[in-house]
Amino acid sequence: MSLKKFIAEAVSPWMKQKGPASDIVLSSRIRFARNLEGYPFPVTAPEESAQTLMNYTTAEIDLSSFQAERPLHAVTMDRLSSNERRILVEKHLISPYLADKSTHGALLLSGDESISIMINEEDHLRLQCLLPGFQLKEGLETANKVDDWLEGKVTYAYDEELGYLTSCPTNVGTGMRASVMMHLPALVMTQQLNRMMPAVNQVGLAVRGIYGEGSEALGNLFQISNQVTLGKSEQDIVDELEGVVDQLLQQERKAREHLLNTSRLQLEDRMYRSYGQLRFSRIMESKESAQRLSDVRFAIDAGLLQGVSGDILNELMVLTQPAMLQQYAGAALSPGERDERRASLIRERLKLEEQGDELSGGGSE
Amino acid sequence: MLCQQCQKRQATLHFTKIVNNEKTEMSLCDQCAKERGDHVPGANSYSIHELLSGLLHSDSPTSQTAAPARKSRHPACQSCGMTYEQFRKVGKLGCARCYETFEARLKPVLSRVHSGYHMHTGKSPKHAVPRRNVQQEIEQLQAEMQEHIVNEEFEKAAEVRDRIRALHSRDSLDETGDA
Ligand SMILES: [Zn+2]
Ligand SMILES: [Zn+2]
Repeated sequence: MSLKKFIAEAVSPWMKQKGPASDIVLSSRIRFARNLEGYPFPVTAPEESAQTLMNYTTAEIDLSSFQAERPLHAVTMDRLSSNERRILVEKHLISPYLADKSTHGALLLSGDESISIMINEEDHLRLQCLLPGFQLKEGLETANKVDDWLEGKVTYAYDEELGYLTSCPTNVGTGMRASVMMHLPALVMTQQLNRMMPAVNQVGLAVRGIYGEGSEALGNLFQISNQVTLGKSEQDIVDELEGVVDQLLQQERKAREHLLNTSRLQLEDRMYRSYGQLRFSRIMESKESAQRLSDVRFAIDAGLLQGVSGDILNELMVLTQPAMLQQYAGAALSPGERDERRASLIRERLKLEEQGDELSGGGSE
Repeated sequence: MLCQQCQKRQATLHFTKIVNNEKTEMSLCDQCAKERGDHVPGANSYSIHELLSGLLHSDSPTSQTAAPARKSRHPACQSCGMTYEQFRKVGKLGCARCYETFEARLKPVLSRVHSGYHMHTGKSPKHAVPRRNVQQEIEQLQAEMQEHIVNEEFEKAAEVRDRIRALHSRDSLDETGDA
């Protein structure tokens, strides 16, 4: 398979669209957790009950009845290879739990992959809407539409006082997790983010790295999300999150400006070095590639580097994950082989960019 | 919504069938969905009848009360059999009823997780309305009562309090009437 074709198939269509403030806010996500009245939650459900739910949602519901122009498609986990399931995780369409541990897990997915509904995850239904850029309100609107549609098909477990009942009490109430993925290299470089974190936590929001473990955030990519789901309306939660994201956005812009004004040469040097590493290396570990990709993305946004598309960071962060690399290679790879493949995929990708090939954007398919 | 077949239990799965351009809608409880089982299209490799037998068992309180492992002082959830100790271990509740079963012990947990909030104020499903009006009325009265207290109109406050109490008891009557 050619790299171009691989990218066309591997990158979610919604990711190829440009969203507002997408130089810093890469994507927005709304997730609703829902359960069915009268059915035990997946954690205690007998296998037959899980199977009934899977069958009902994947075979009984008319999946085109949500939106004729945007029909959903059903995929049951048992029909996918473990690598195919990992790829869905790497594309943020399903959770690792659904991929590996759920009983009769399934996924309902829209063609543009912006709407997905997990069946038999920790909760019976987990619906999520993913949008490019800073679009939490739009995400909430779409999520509500999906939710209203599903509500006509099943009876939700709901309590007047506690709201939507979820398996984990941390989700009860709205069952909603709203989040954005932000690229914050300048706040990290100037060590401002560490100082801002406590304030963000204090208003009930969580900041964590998207890739990497512990406190390390690979690629300077952070997820900001609400923690509280009870006692606030969906709209309030989104408004609060938007306010904080807006603050972070402005601080990041200021920090970038400051860095460019005070240490432009050092910045340029660092970024071109990173570009050179990505363009010519033969072995590339995921940790290094994340940092270098972040540098290059920063350089593109700052206007220091021309001729490379800004999508390169989010796109290559997904494409260079282990299962994706194995898919591209068509074989299982050892960690060492992955590092080699990762380096060659990034090299090829940047070469395409230099040749001026039209890669992103809807264009031809 | 009640199950259209037995008119007794809560309907959970809603079916839409189009036969000869005519749309029929049906809402069934888990048990009636099971009985309907054999002619469910799409259920190609197995019969719904078999699938739902497990549901029946988990629903009947007899199978749960018969289950052992009742060493702890605290009772297990009547509906799914989970104990609070189990919940603490896995961090997940077993079913919607667990929220009632463990209400007293969950309350402080919820309050801690949700910054002291304890009342849902967001979206609600359209078919879950019945108690809502009473609930809103109570909230309104509570605000009214608060106002009286602030103004030191204690007799009026007591009057409102009695009305709240009356609503509370009506509310719980409605609940038992539904079940
Ligand atoms: Zn019935
Ligand atoms: Zn329970």
